[in-house]
Amino acid sequence: MTKEHANWSPYDNNGGTCVAIAGADYCVIAADTRMSTGYSILTRDYSKICKLADKSYMASSGFQADVKALQKVLSSRHLIYQHQHNKQMSCPAMAQLLSNTLYYKRFFPYYAFNVLGGLDSEGKGCVFTYDAVGSYERVGYSAQGSGATLITPFLDNQLKSPSPLLLPAKDAVTPLSEAEAVDLVKTCFASATERDIYTGDSVEIIILNAKGVRSETEQLRKD
Amino acid sequence: MFRNQYDTDVTTWSPAGRLFQVEYAMEAVKQGSAAIGLRSNTHAVLACVNKANSELSSHQRKIFKVDDHIGVAIAGLTADGRVLSRYMRSECINYGYTYESPLPVGRLVVQLADKAQVCTQRSWKRPYGVGLLVAGLDESGAHLYYNCPSGNYFEYQAFAIGSRSQAAKTYLERKFEKFPESSRDELIKDALFAIRETLQGEKLTSSVCTVAVVGVGEAFNILDQATVQALINEFEISSEEAPAAATAAEEAAGDAAADQGGAAAEEEAAPMDI
Repeated sequence: MTKEHANWSPYDNNGGTCVAIAGADYCVIAADTRMSTGYSILTRDYSKICKLADKSYMASSGFQADVKALQKVLSSRHLIYQHQHNKQMSCPAMAQLLSNTLYYKRFFPYYAFNVLGGLDSEGKGCVFTYDAVGSYERVGYSAQGSGATLITPFLDNQLKSPSPLLLPAKDAVTPLSEAEAVDLVKTCFASATERDIYTGDSVEIIILNAKGVRSETEQLRKD
Repeated sequence: MFRNQYDTDVTTWSPAGRLFQVEYAMEAVKQGSAAIGLRSNTHAVLACVNKANSELSSHQRKIFKVDDHIGVAIAGLTADGRVLSRYMRSECINYGYTYESPLPVGRLVVQLADKAQVCTQRSWKRPYGVGLLVAGLDESGAHLYYNCPSGNYFEYQAFAIGSRSQAAKTYLERKFEKFPESSRDELIKDALFAIRETLQGEKLTSSVCTVAVVGVGEAFNILDQATVQALINEFEISSEEAPAAATAAEEAAGDAAADQGGAAAEEEAAPMDI
């Protein structure tokens, strides 16, 4: 009397890893560019990072069709916000919007594991990390996706970011310089690529600071 | 147009075949402060007169960005205009979401016109009391449309609506033939001249007018006051003669459709029958 299970799933996992690190006056958001299905590679050149607002970038791993839909919904919502308020959404506001949007589909979730990075209204770096249904927290750094279990312990060791719950309240940002943080991210991806089959090909790195935004691409192992 | 027994309901025809409520709505447009639009092959410019109620209050917003490639200037009941702008923005966002490309201007104005028409055929509604000059850019070039409360819409090379718009139209009718090949800056200059015409002698400064541009390589944006003032200074110093006032010789227009719904309030022809 065993229950019959569906032999079709609405979800697929396209793999990949996303990382974000918040600095005192910058934010680094990075994701690998490999898109897979099962044990196959679909493409080596797919961007998982989306600009939601001038100071909010979202990197998402998981099911890329759901990620794309989520990005479109958030972009449209941001357009509406701009029409109504005549300004761009702040990163913390976008963080709340993303959480609400994810929970809206609590009973048929977006299979997306998101990391939102940007600058808050004081110009400090901020990173928000999410689960698939919208539970989120502001942190100093985060990793999501297939390589997250390999990267997170390494970042814990390197960044030792105190929790915002500690009293007195401490900033959840790393004291590292921007160049050091970018280097750290490259190291993370190089390591994850070694052991996670779904991570590799290249890593796209977005660096946000007071001067604007710039992008770097670093090649990774293709196997 | 005088008060008569057929003008209470929008759903009541007059014996002459007119819907007076719709015509009255178009009167509301004529009462609003002036808005003008003009276009070349590559750019479209909107400009409007911003009269504040008193020195203490702020100006009313009459130009709205609808999307990166479309903007609208309104005249009449600005509250109605605001609501319609919100509708237009929503349509653009939904189209962009579905098709990942900008909504063609011609499609948007048809949707807007159909929305206006509904209000002319429901007893529990009233027509929108606002005229909209929709300026936009799509694959087929720059466009300027006028949507009126009756649900009609027309494409124009240049047009003006609102109070004292006839003066602006006269100026535009003299100049419109060179608009297709005009540069962006020449268009803006002509827009400012046209606005000056509606001010009838009052000094043109950037505090009484608003100018917005959209064009190839330029998203719809409202020019800031400093830029507008600089442009005003630039051309007012170079002595360009004030265009002759009231010789309203209506030249047979090629592109600029001669405006019937506007100035001459003829008793015989209903303004919507064009």
